[in-house]
Amino acid sequence: MQSFIGFLQKEFYHIFRDRRTAMILFGMPLIQLLLFGFAIRNEIQDVKLGIYDQSRDTVTKEIIDKFASSGYFVLSRELHTQHEIEEAFSSGNITEALVFEPGFAERLQRDGKANVQVITDGSNPNVSRIVSGYTAAVLQDYRNSSLQRTGTEVGVVPVPLMMFNPELKSVDLFVPGLMALILMLVSALMTSISITREKENGTMEVLLVSSLRPAQIIIGKVVPYFLLSFINVVTIITVASLVFGVPCRGSILLLLIESLLYIVTALSLGIFISSVTSSQQVAMMIALGGLLLPTILLSGFIFPIASMPLPLRVISNLIPARWYLIIVRSIMLKGAGFSYIWKETLVLVVMSTVLMAASIKKFKIRLQ
Amino acid sequence: MRTIRFILQKEFLQIFRNRGMLPIIFVMPFIQLIILSYAATFDVSRVPFNLQDRDRSATSHRLVEKFTSSGYFNLTGYSFSDRESQSELVARRADLVLVIPSNFERDLATTGHAPVQLMINAEDGFSAGVIQTYANEIIGNFNRDELKLLIPGGEVDAAGEIGMLSSNWYNPELKYTHYMVPGIIVILVTLIGLFLSGMNVVREREIGTIDQINVTPIKRYQFITGKLLPFWIIGLGELSAGLVIARFLFHVPMLGCYWLVYLVAGIYLLVVLGMGLLISTVTETQQQAMFIAWFFMVIFTLLSGLFTSIESMPHWAQTMTLLNPVRHFVDIMRRVMLKGSGVAEIAQPLSILTAYAAVMLTLAVNRYSKVSE
Repeated sequence: MQSFIGFLQKEFYHIFRDRRTAMILFGMPLIQLLLFGFAIRNEIQDVKLGIYDQSRDTVTKEIIDKFASSGYFVLSRELHTQHEIEEAFSSGNITEALVFEPGFAERLQRDGKANVQVITDGSNPNVSRIVSGYTAAVLQDYRNSSLQRTGTEVGVVPVPLMMFNPELKSVDLFVPGLMALILMLVSALMTSISITREKENGTMEVLLVSSLRPAQIIIGKVVPYFLLSFINVVTIITVASLVFGVPCRGSILLLLIESLLYIVTALSLGIFISSVTSSQQVAMMIALGGLLLPTILLSGFIFPIASMPLPLRVISNLIPARWYLIIVRSIMLKGAGFSYIWKETLVLVVMSTVLMAASIKKFKIRLQ
Repeated sequence: MRTIRFILQKEFLQIFRNRGMLPIIFVMPFIQLIILSYAATFDVSRVPFNLQDRDRSATSHRLVEKFTSSGYFNLTGYSFSDRESQSELVARRADLVLVIPSNFERDLATTGHAPVQLMINAEDGFSAGVIQTYANEIIGNFNRDELKLLIPGGEVDAAGEIGMLSSNWYNPELKYTHYMVPGIIVILVTLIGLFLSGMNVVREREIGTIDQINVTPIKRYQFITGKLLPFWIIGLGELSAGLVIARFLFHVPMLGCYWLVYLVAGIYLLVVLGMGLLISTVTETQQQAMFIAWFFMVIFTLLSGLFTSIESMPHWAQTMTLLNPVRHFVDIMRRVMLKGSGVAEIAQPLSILTAYAAVMLTLAVNRYSKVSE
């Protein structure tokens, strides 16, 4: 036991005596969360709208006014030919073009239906979809207000109720995702080189001839980083709620405990990488190159998992961030208690245990 | 010239003899490209929905049937109170709860209109909007059919309907793979380039072999060239393999010219490798170098416009992304491949990259000193 405490002490010295690394470990996650929290959004402001109005009647004028006053769109150009639309798109003057068919108001009166063509730039499907969504909302809004004016509300009237995030702010969606991403990457990175570093520097021999058992070495490597990551967790949760105003509707204590569990999973993943690789270079490449994109793409952080093809939905089960993300969003936005998230918690516990056990098993007590 | 050749030979031998690194450099990027390119999709389909039907009438049944047969929604369960409905949403068993109030049928028959409530899980505001649009469309259809039943031959819809015909130019089916693949190739090439060059010099310093090079008559520019060129070649190789996968597996169109892509890639790699070398020369250990490279890599990736568009960032962040080389290369790749842009159209980002490359290389050469501390 005493040798274990001595070993822990050594690990702490390692971390604190390398000031630059310690600064990086605490400064960078904070800077990144602040930066991304402000910059990563789904809303688009001031969509540049080009209008080709072949009808020029009162109805189209009203609709155009609706667009102008909606707050999403800025009328950027009036277009007069099909050719002009193409030109405006390729020069980047407009993001969306609206084309009203000739005799718009008349058709609306006579046939009960008139068409407006909405053209977007599909080479950026993100923007394209969001902008089409806005357009549909404005048209719906116009229709509702004209229904109310004429007092002919008929049939079933849907009353939407946006739960958990009534203002549809994307910040509430993305900040928990950023927490998952940043904590995962920084924690896995820290431990991924801890063992390989000793191997490379030649100090591993000293450890191997000591009375420490493999389990003690592995746990001794994880514990200091766990305590340090605790600071990261607290700062990140504080920033999320104070700076970005993400509500925490559930229990903060539960959120904290779950976050610590997630940290353990990430650190175990790192130590596992460390125990199966032979050089720092390889370990870091796996921890960085192997985790960055999968964590962003398969965790549900930006792209919803439910809409992915089946093989990817299966693979996404292996990504710890996916489970943590569900937990964080449930606690913070939905105010869920433990009974709603015990399955996800269990997955993280199992992952950590398996990774830890595998690292201890893989740890070789002989030099090659 | 001979000196450069020797150092090149040394670097290449070092890369190819490092068995642990080979799969990471040459296999991992392509597996990621193939798998992850399919992950990006915003299509909202098979929305799980829960029904709270307090009316239980023939009309409410018909409405529910419209929802289940639409293909957008997937009925996963029933609830009997608002509290229960909310709990279904919290437990993620449903993203929409359709609440049909009691007396729904009677109200519809007597007053001609009746409300239904859509409780939508709006954690993800964008998907919530899509779900709402789907539901509105279904209810609109329902209304048209019902009114025909109620008032045979009557006025179909007094207010008139505005049809929205959407068309998406340059990528009519809004295929995400076409949009993602060029971007993911850029990220992977950057990742490999930045990390390999970032760890290179500092590794020699940590192991101590840098002193062996420092005592040779090698010039600074020769040393830097010898360090950069192998990674530059590997980077271009990775790009080519990525383009082949894009062409034959994902059928991403290539409307522009390949030589333009390679020209830009050549310059771009100088930026990335210069940056890596700079990191490598200012840090003391591989660990520090990696942390710094990691820091920039995450920022470059998330602010590149690859996952969320630059247009939705606040203005200060949009301006800041001008300093992000990944953003420019992703932008150029997409424009050249999907829109067939030529040199004239991409002149601005290209000149930024060129200036960037010059600055990075100058800094990297100047920071490197043959005198060890």
